[in-house]
Amino acid sequence: MSADHAGPSQGPAARLRRLEGLLEQRGLIDAGQLDRALGAFLARASPANGARLVARAWLDDGFRQRLLADANAALPELGLSMGGGLQEQQLRVVQNTADSHNVIVCTLCSCYPLALLGPSPTWYKSEAYRSRVVRDPRSVLREFGFELDPRVAISVWDASAEARYMVLPRRPAGTDGLGEPELAALVTRNGLIGVAPV
Amino acid sequence: MAELFRVGDRVRATRVDPPHHTRLPRYARGAVGTVTGLLGRHPLPDRSARGLAAEPEPVYAVSFAAGDLFGEGDHTVTIDLWESYLRPAAAESRAKGRSSE
Repeated sequence: MSADHAGPSQGPAARLRRLEGLLEQRGLIDAGQLDRALGAFLARASPANGARLVARAWLDDGFRQRLLADANAALPELGLSMGGGLQEQQLRVVQNTADSHNVIVCTLCSCYPLALLGPSPTWYKSEAYRSRVVRDPRSVLREFGFELDPRVAISVWDASAEARYMVLPRRPAGTDGLGEPELAALVTRNGLIGVAPV
Repeated sequence: MAELFRVGDRVRATRVDPPHHTRLPRYARGAVGTVTGLLGRHPLPDRSARGLAAEPEPVYAVSFAAGDLFGEGDHTVTIDLWESYLRPAAAESRAKGRSSE
């Protein structure tokens, strides 16, 4: 598996550089165009987007229900979308409750809702996380310092196809008086993946 | 072409170990799970990744009990799977029942 994704001098990275070079050489794109497109996408891609969605969902029950039912339709309410790449990707938001907890992984590679969470952390792409979290999520969460109540059921979501997943964490206790920006500031990237509580 | 499966159907992932790209994770092969979601239609990557014509086909969210995947564990794992990776588990067990009679 990992042999295909090895070093920058071989495999997909080298192939990509060669393709980019050919596209420029044939005048189909100009030099730096890909970098600018990627830069523009990444400038908007941040876990702050996911955090805003969560804060709104905590405050507005109607929005929470729309987000859970059809996330792509709800995103524009906050000026967000799953577009920006080659095609609009389907987003599924999965909700943590008092008795159920969700964790996201892509066991086959590293599928991840980039537009809402920014570039994924290195550990998310590691073989250790990808192979172990589907098999023994409780132990993996413990290694993140997250001791989940043994009575809470765990659902692991393997984003192995076209959909992308994001966790809607539980709203922390003692936050009743907080507004949307203050609540959003509490939401962490790991909370949106499901390897930490918020 | 209509979807072969509906939410609630029991399905078995195929055991095929193809000599090319696939998006059926090895740990799910041969396991029985339940369809819990319909995720639209997309070209089968086993074909599209090889540059072959691939008509969009249904993709399903299929939930498996950890015990059925790994022989242990009390969690569930939901995997998004193309229709070509799935067989009806009920029909399969009926067929088995007949053949053992």
